[in-house]
Amino acid sequence: MGLAKRIIPCLDVTNGRVVKGINFVALRDAGDPVEISRRYDEQGADELTFLDITASSDNRDLILRIIEEVAAQVFIPLTVGGGVRQVEDVRRLLNAGADKVSINTSAVQNPQLVADAAGHYGSQCIVVAIDAKQVSGAGTDTNRWEVFTHGGRKATGLDAVEWAKKMQSLGAGEILLTSMDRDGTRNGFDLALTRAVSDAVDVPVIASGGVGNLQHLVDGVLQGHAEAVLAASIFHYGEYSIRQAKEYMAQHGIEVRL
Amino acid sequence: MTDIAIIDYGMGNLRSVSKALEHVAPNASVVVTSDPVVVRQAARVVFPGQGAMPNCMHEMDARGLRDAVLDAAASKPFLGICLGLQMLFETSEEGNVQGLGILPGKVRHFPPAVAMQDANGQKLKVPHMGWNQVHQAIEHPLWQGITTDARFYFVHSYYVETANPEPVAAYSFYPFQFTCAVAKDNIFAVQFHPEKSHAAGLTLLGNFVRWEPNFTNKAS
Repeated sequence: MGLAKRIIPCLDVTNGRVVKGINFVALRDAGDPVEISRRYDEQGADELTFLDITASSDNRDLILRIIEEVAAQVFIPLTVGGGVRQVEDVRRLLNAGADKVSINTSAVQNPQLVADAAGHYGSQCIVVAIDAKQVSGAGTDTNRWEVFTHGGRKATGLDAVEWAKKMQSLGAGEILLTSMDRDGTRNGFDLALTRAVSDAVDVPVIASGGVGNLQHLVDGVLQGHAEAVLAASIFHYGEYSIRQAKEYMAQHGIEVRL
Repeated sequence: MTDIAIIDYGMGNLRSVSKALEHVAPNASVVVTSDPVVVRQAARVVFPGQGAMPNCMHEMDARGLRDAVLDAAASKPFLGICLGLQMLFETSEEGNVQGLGILPGKVRHFPPAVAMQDANGQKLKVPHMGWNQVHQAIEHPLWQGITTDARFYFVHSYYVETANPEPVAAYSFYPFQFTCAVAKDNIFAVQFHPEKSHAAGLTLLGNFVRWEPNFTNKAS
């Protein structure tokens, strides 16, 4: 009797198509974003996340049209990220129908953007996305993860756990945490990373990167302490439906919306 | 004449609310407006809101909307959503601001996450974000076709504490019981977001656009 853990399919979108990469590269086409959104909505997805991975800024407006079309047919929360650089970008995405906007690289380059966007539109619609990679413990035996930006290409020197706490203090309402080591591998979430961040912040954490089977989703919640689990490829190619994933989680004692 | 006016005081994205209402009432004219005249002329009023309550109260007053909101809440089918529920009460812990005072009670912050645990001993995060069960406390036309304990989408850090049990239309648990919907005469207000709550949410909005509250002395 209470809040359900969420399952969030993620749609990486470029040039109007959903694609899926492995370790942030090697893209494979997965279909039409509006059609896929409708399918996940029918299957009982709790939210949808769209990441605009278009490299150039030429086609940025395409994602706005896609979100407008999805928002007119799908009545669950929509998060959109990718290329958000200024408060004006947040405004445009919200006006197109996004409920939350995810900020990644620009949060590192300009942390004030997170504070400004949260101050203007409320923390409830500001998600900070963190791409993290495990690094050596620097003389200690504790795990440490570094924040990367620019789609995982650029190291920042920032500690992922400290960064998440800082983003919460600036007004992030949620953290979308992706393990770069696991993304696309299908070996499961980085549970130590997920748990370290989730236990360190008071805002919800979405675990991302590495889901290959339904047990991984269960582990993300029970061992990683995530409030929500995000996955792409296991859903895109019809391997599992959202419904199957939720039934599996429910069988393992996790409260879900069925 | 406008069938449904969604009050826009510059706090939050109202596109989702208007799209969902257009979806359930395709023949109605649905207008997002900050014009008090349009609000006064509308047959039904939706009062949404996001962000911080002090800003919401300030922006509403800056646009001269307070009297139009009070009139609508006293005279026609009125649906409050999220901050639009909280603002109906007397005071809020958020900035110690005064609300509209239409309903007795106050708005309180959830305790810090460390002070709240779920059944597995995991700390409960704030904001309360996601799909929670809505337990119906009364029978009401807006609950028609919705089973009690159906899940709706929530995102909030503050909740309302009513001064008396009379207006409570539903409650949820996080982890303690809190009021998530109130009903009084022509007013219905919810903490959750029906416009983002899939089939159950659309059913509630459909019930609202058809709702004919019984008025006794409320003619405007």
